[in-house]
Amino acid sequence: MKNIKIALVGQPNVGKSFLINAVGETKLRVGNFSGVTVDKKTIYFTRDGYNFEVTDLPGSYSITDYTIEERVTKNFLKDGNYDLIINVVDSTNIERNLYLTMELLSLNKKIVIALNMQDEAVKEGVKIDANLLSKILGVRCVATSALEKTGIQALINEIIETYNQPTQDFHLQFSDIYEEQISNILVFLKEKNYQNNGGLEAVAIKLLREDKEIYRQFRDEPIWTELQPLLNKSYQKLYTHYDTKDLDAIFHDEKNALAKGAVKESVTFDTAKEKQLTDKIDSILTNKFVGLPIFLFLIWGLFQLTFTWGSIPMDWIDAFFGLLIDETKSILGDTQLASVIADGAIAGVGAVVLFLPNIIILFTGIALLEATGYMARAAFLLDGFFHKFGLHGKSFVPLVSGFGCSVPAYMSARTLKNDRDRLLTLYIIGFMSCGAKLPIYVLIIGAFVPEQYAGNVLFGIYILGALLGMIAAKLLKLTVFKGEDEPFVMEMPKYRLPTIRLLFQAVSGKAISYLKKAGTYILAASILIWFASNYPKYPEIEDQYANKIEQTHGNEEQIASLENELVLYNLENSYLGKIGHASEPLFRPLGFDWRMAVALETGLAAKEIVVATMGILYGLGDQQDESSEGLVDKIKSNIELPSAISFIIFVMVYFPCLAASMVFRREAGSWKHWGYLFIFTTGSAWMLSFISFNIAKAIFT
Amino acid sequence: MTLDLLKKGNSATIIAITAEKELRNRFNSFGVVKGATVHSEQHTMAKKTMEIRINKTRIALRLSEAQRVEIST
Repeated sequence: MKNIKIALVGQPNVGKSFLINAVGETKLRVGNFSGVTVDKKTIYFTRDGYNFEVTDLPGSYSITDYTIEERVTKNFLKDGNYDLIINVVDSTNIERNLYLTMELLSLNKKIVIALNMQDEAVKEGVKIDANLLSKILGVRCVATSALEKTGIQALINEIIETYNQPTQDFHLQFSDIYEEQISNILVFLKEKNYQNNGGLEAVAIKLLREDKEIYRQFRDEPIWTELQPLLNKSYQKLYTHYDTKDLDAIFHDEKNALAKGAVKESVTFDTAKEKQLTDKIDSILTNKFVGLPIFLFLIWGLFQLTFTWGSIPMDWIDAFFGLLIDETKSILGDTQLASVIADGAIAGVGAVVLFLPNIIILFTGIALLEATGYMARAAFLLDGFFHKFGLHGKSFVPLVSGFGCSVPAYMSARTLKNDRDRLLTLYIIGFMSCGAKLPIYVLIIGAFVPEQYAGNVLFGIYILGALLGMIAAKLLKLTVFKGEDEPFVMEMPKYRLPTIRLLFQAVSGKAISYLKKAGTYILAASILIWFASNYPKYPEIEDQYANKIEQTHGNEEQIASLENELVLYNLENSYLGKIGHASEPLFRPLGFDWRMAVALETGLAAKEIVVATMGILYGLGDQQDESSEGLVDKIKSNIELPSAISFIIFVMVYFPCLAASMVFRREAGSWKHWGYLFIFTTGSAWMLSFISFNIAKAIFT
Repeated sequence: MTLDLLKKGNSATIIAITAEKELRNRFNSFGVVKGATVHSEQHTMAKKTMEIRINKTRIALRLSEAQRVEIST
């Protein structure tokens, strides 16, 4: 059986992956917004007696080095191993899509064009004469609709036919002056018997564009000395004719004119249908006055749902893991093995899984906002505000996700093209208090704030964190990430209703990677913390207490208090306790005792552990959560208000959990940044806590 | 005049792009090219960003970037 290797190329958001799923009946993940796929993916399938190997390249507006996606595409087209190109085109936006097509055609490869999104084109009154366009472009054009699965068989037929034919002759007809230069070079190259497997026209165009690659090839050949003066003459002619010395701009002008011409001849627009739905929606959603309030309302609503709906399955998950821990202990008995599995592994992993409902709700909301095309509008509305703080309008997607969990937030920062902008965003995501910090806030607020104000204080903490993040961004921008801003220029995609399947794929992918990544790190960290808080053992002390307990003759109150004493002794002398005491001097200026210090340190593994650690350390055993009356009272009697305020500030700002910081390292690209983030967050947390502790002390004492 | 001054609801023709290479490439990708007809759709309240339309493509850009596009009405 023959193999056909295909490069799938097209502008962002034209339905490339969607189309290939329809062709190969494969299940490639489809994103309905640009910037999520940053790397190429290859899929294999068999159809009509051929083996297909399709490389799905990330969407590119043109073949340049501007974005990561475009670089991937350019390199693959240059060096990749493929037999033909499928160029997927959005029929409703044909002219701009043909700009890319013209660039592809000038490469002189076998190409089939899929005029995709026929269904929408029909609705909008765009009619393309595919046969005429095929004649104009010199390659086969097929009308398709990935959504309605039309034109798929025709596309496959054309692919097979094109594959079995020799590469078509070069067919682009540029303006007279440009053609003249091309033919001058061609005549010379032919005279010299110059051989090149890419076709001489493609070589001539590259020379006229001052393509670095082709220059490098020619420089080593004797032919170069004669070619150079010829080129210079051609350049001079183009310069005078176009009144610019930018050869790349000249080529783009030529290419755009070709696209325009092709559209004029082969496409008709029914202007009556032109008023799109998008226009109507946009006149409200991006309106100068109501646009921002609507945006704020949507985000507020999303948070409400995340917390209210999320709490229902959270209770079930909590109960499930509680049961699992009890069952494990009753099966394995009162052994160290039972403890490490139940109190270490299951409790730790359970604490992370607990937040899965929040993650799913938040990401369904975000996927909806992205897939419908609303995110681009939000970025448009917010860019002015964000820009003041040195951030890009697009930064707000990762920042908003940061309120749920930093792990996916770091990942979604990939939508930013410019490395500097992306790093800046990565650095301040931690300021958006994640869901796992919520129990800590609830615990402290519960201890010090009257119930009727608790909600507002909680909201205030989140807002304060975000504001601190903005200020931090400004400072970083002024010091570390100096330099030119990335251009904002951004396409606002058409509004589309995403299919359920598409939403499901986007959300389940995020959920699985949350479980997998966070789960593995948390598992390791949980076992470590369990070990550090249970060892070393002090058998003599335990014997002493066992004796004392025996002497109480079954007085339950006394037994409980003795057991608590023992737990406290073991804890204070465990590795964790020793670390706490050792690091206490560092935290004393902030008003923290050794127990708060340890809680913060265990919080480096996961913020969920902070509350559990405090529960253990304040002498109540380890089955505490934020709603426990006893813990709240203990906190109140053990911690002064200024220390509590300082503690909240520290939690708000300091280093993210292990799982998140690992993802940060991966996204930022080096351990160096991981180190910087540690210094930056811990440093600012320390200073801000120090300031707030001293101010609070001055006010309240 | 430059594109940033084009009032909401009005159209104009692009006569020149004065941006450097990176921004010009970006413009090129979206069809912000010499000879194209551009419609002004919306300005944000802060007067920092605007939305334009060329054919069927809607584009958001900063006013500072729009200043690099020469138009004639």
